[in-house]
Amino acid sequence: MALIQTLSLAHLPPSLAVHVALYQEVTNASFLQQQLLLGNSDFEYAFIDASVILSPNHLLAAVFRAVNDSDNGRLKSRNVHSEIVFALSPNNNIATSFRTFGILPTTRSLLVVKISTNPSITASSISQHLSATIEGTAIEFSKDNISKFTDIKKVKKIYKIGNKTDVQERKNRGSEKGTVVGELDDKKEMEVVILGMMALRGQT
Amino acid sequence: MSASVFSPPHLPPPFVNTVPPPTLISQGAEALLYRTHFLQSTHPCALKYRPSKPYRHPTLDARLTKHRILSEARTMVRMRKEGLKVPGVLGVDCEPAHGDNARKGGGGWMMMEWVEGQTAKDLLVAVKETRKSCGREEVLREQVRNLMHRIGTILCKMHEIGVIHGDLTTSNLMIRHGAQQPHGITDGHAEGHGRANNTSGIETEPILREALVNGEVVLIDFGLATSSIQDEDKAVDLYVLERAFGSTHPEAEDEFNEVLKAYGESSRGARVVLKRLEDVRLRGRKKSMIG
Repeated sequence: MALIQTLSLAHLPPSLAVHVALYQEVTNASFLQQQLLLGNSDFEYAFIDASVILSPNHLLAAVFRAVNDSDNGRLKSRNVHSEIVFALSPNNNIATSFRTFGILPTTRSLLVVKISTNPSITASSISQHLSATIEGTAIEFSKDNISKFTDIKKVKKIYKIGNKTDVQERKNRGSEKGTVVGELDDKKEMEVVILGMMALRGQT
Repeated sequence: MSASVFSPPHLPPPFVNTVPPPTLISQGAEALLYRTHFLQSTHPCALKYRPSKPYRHPTLDARLTKHRILSEARTMVRMRKEGLKVPGVLGVDCEPAHGDNARKGGGGWMMMEWVEGQTAKDLLVAVKETRKSCGREEVLREQVRNLMHRIGTILCKMHEIGVIHGDLTTSNLMIRHGAQQPHGITDGHAEGHGRANNTSGIETEPILREALVNGEVVLIDFGLATSSIQDEDKAVDLYVLERAFGSTHPEAEDEFNEVLKAYGESSRGARVVLKRLEDVRLRGRKKSMIG
């Protein structure tokens, strides 16, 4: 059974439901990637490597931008689902963004996003298709589960953040570094900066 | 022509769907500021909407709007990356729409983090009111100086990374409420704790003190911000604040010197800027007399 969560993002029309599922220990990532590369229309999903996602907010901000761009006729990639992957990127290269954020043969933890672009797409139809095709364990799409898979180092590298701010922060914080509160703060701060970079991507 | 009641322009998509609709909190010549929420209704955010101006040529209008939104957003993201306290940028939309939405109105918007607190202006006005009635004027003055000190420090940091705000006023400085701690605990170290009981009639006073002593200074409104490392530009930035401060809070002009003092102590280059400020005071903010 797939664990699909259906969300409706604020500001977007309620008819455009966002379906999200999270998998761990996926074993057939290369098959799934192949379907995307072949352009198999049954596999119109945003498959995202969960290790580069910091928080639900990080992912959903990308969904929001992609849907808004799609709504305004500004898609840069093939469809709204590929646009979600592209929206995560801090720079303008679509192919690179797929390689960085999208599914790779080595992907073990996987986020799946599907937008209800027409009424025939429902949580149950997606759930059926996903459980038939993804070999992995479905787990709940929650803040805690997401952060379990996050590779903070990788995220910092992708968005080229951390070094300067981090060192300064540590200095300022001094003794209390490494505390749980400090860690949380750091992550929140990172999220804000990342959302800013995502929002500015491609705006010239 | 009959005078008609002003009605704000309709918000563009996607905000036509927003439940509850964004509430207008402030308006300037260029933009309207709304309070709304980000992706979940529990996550408050600010929406700055720049409507298109019907009297401008559409092409020029689109270009100007886009340029202004982007330069503001870029400045804010850059500052946030450098660790300065400004509202984070959550989303930006400044491209003209195509397809179904193409005719639903131009303009563009930016969503920012919501800063819970009050402007330095409102805070200082409240201080002025309280100062008259409570018998602790000197204590309040001291606390205002404390706040001014923090303002000076953050301004210096901003200039250090090469950002000129361009419109420094006390309305563009927010004082974020500190973490909601009980007052007694947070200001245990602050002097006058015992005396606070004597002035029990003045209830606003502890709240003011909390903001003055612990409030976090957040810079807002980078609509006129530019990028420069010239001492002249930095000095003019400070001069603009000095003038704004003097006319809005004449009673607190002495405390303002604390801003400059803290500014001067915060970096090596800052003293030169303060020297330059003296020149600017003598001649006004326009160096070249052309235009």
